[in-house]
Amino acid sequence: MASTRALARLATRRTAVPAVWTRSFASVEPASPSRSTISETKTSTVKEPAPQKDAKIKTFHVYRWNPDEPTSKPRMQSYTLDLNKTGPMMLDALIRIKNETDPTLTFRRSCREGICGSCAMNIDGVNTLACLCRIPTDTTKESRIYPLPHTYVVKDLVPDLTNFYKQYRSIKPYLQRDTPPPDGRENRQSKAERKKLDGLYECILCACCSTSCPSYWWNQEEYLGPAVLLQSYRWIADSRDERTAERKDALNNSMSLYRCHTIMNCSRTCPKGLNPGLAIAEIKKSMAFT
Amino acid sequence: MSAPRAFNLALRRLASPAGLTKFSPAGRLMQQRFAATTSIAEKDAVNSILAKQRLNRPVSPHLTIYKPQMTWLMSGLTRITGLIVATGFYVFGLSYLAAPTLGWHLETPSLVAAVAAWPVVVKVTAKLAIAVPFFYHSINGVRHLVWDFGKGMTNQAVVRGGWVVIALTAASSLWATFLA
Repeated sequence: MASTRALARLATRRTAVPAVWTRSFASVEPASPSRSTISETKTSTVKEPAPQKDAKIKTFHVYRWNPDEPTSKPRMQSYTLDLNKTGPMMLDALIRIKNETDPTLTFRRSCREGICGSCAMNIDGVNTLACLCRIPTDTTKESRIYPLPHTYVVKDLVPDLTNFYKQYRSIKPYLQRDTPPPDGRENRQSKAERKKLDGLYECILCACCSTSCPSYWWNQEEYLGPAVLLQSYRWIADSRDERTAERKDALNNSMSLYRCHTIMNCSRTCPKGLNPGLAIAEIKKSMAFT
Repeated sequence: MSAPRAFNLALRRLASPAGLTKFSPAGRLMQQRFAATTSIAEKDAVNSILAKQRLNRPVSPHLTIYKPQMTWLMSGLTRITGLIVATGFYVFGLSYLAAPTLGWHLETPSLVAAVAAWPVVVKVTAKLAIAVPFFYHSINGVRHLVWDFGKGMTNQAVVRGGWVVIALTAASSLWATFLA
């Protein structure tokens, strides 16, 4: 089919028939006389959206880069939205831009309630989840939205997190045990042991903290970063895990853990209110005092 | 590095064929911390596609767009002031050592006499330029020691501690400049 079509196209070009006489491919079926156009007097009018009198127009500057034009520079694109017609969160604004203004705007989103970590981005200079970040209602201030800092950009607000996930994999984020549970059924914990995991297991790996860390910006190939170290500590602190020594050994070099200079951007930015900085300090402490 | 380990390393270097021909002072080797880590991204061949893609992809903006916050600004300042203090220490220390040979006069009485001749503005500026980096770096260093015990690491405590460090730095620098 495709080849016949191509041949036909070639034939029409060769013979140089005026375009009016050649049959276009879309109109294979003859139009029936009953399909005559309905005149404009019988149809409704789509009016240009006029701004309302009490519109709260806010400007959003969004980082754009299109991989289809790899040589072009990233640019900041401005969008205006009426906040009265927009939901309260930054993600609502982005979705509205994508739905109504610019369908080419690209970003990750999924749960819209801060549990998936897809919509992590840099909003007004701070890494956070777009779905948990309220749009500042002050319309005189313009909002700026960037992808997560110092990441390779796939497109627009979508960062390449391959390295981040590989690092997560490298810390073996699963229970490692050789001995079966004493009662043959489950690995029991005391309440105190379970309590140690609070503030660790809630991490959703959105990469907000890691990409807020200047140390991770400069050494992300070797330094594991706050998010992965928090997860590492989650398994070091787990009373059921039997590879604590091996886990610590893997971190005991100059780069993996000790590139943390306690800058504390990580804890400051965590959209889930966790404290990766403290978790890293606890790892350092447990390695120093053994 | 422990003494037996250093001895071991020296022995091994002597025994190796390149042992003495290749110049590598023991001090430098002992200063080196061996990183057991390899970059995760480089390891497997699957990533050649990723590496190729990265050649085209821009790196998203970072330092220039991140909101100025006490956390990372103070951390950066700690490093900068540390550099200033260390440079000052080494430059002055080495020139003090070299002074007798080179005929410089860096002993206290001549320095005091030289500084006394400066105008007040220059004097105050110079004193502040030494005092602020020194006190900031020292006091923030204490804060880091506290952090290393896992204390005061909540967001509120970090901000409060930051202001305490700034206030103490200001107070002690002014004291050292005008009163000491």
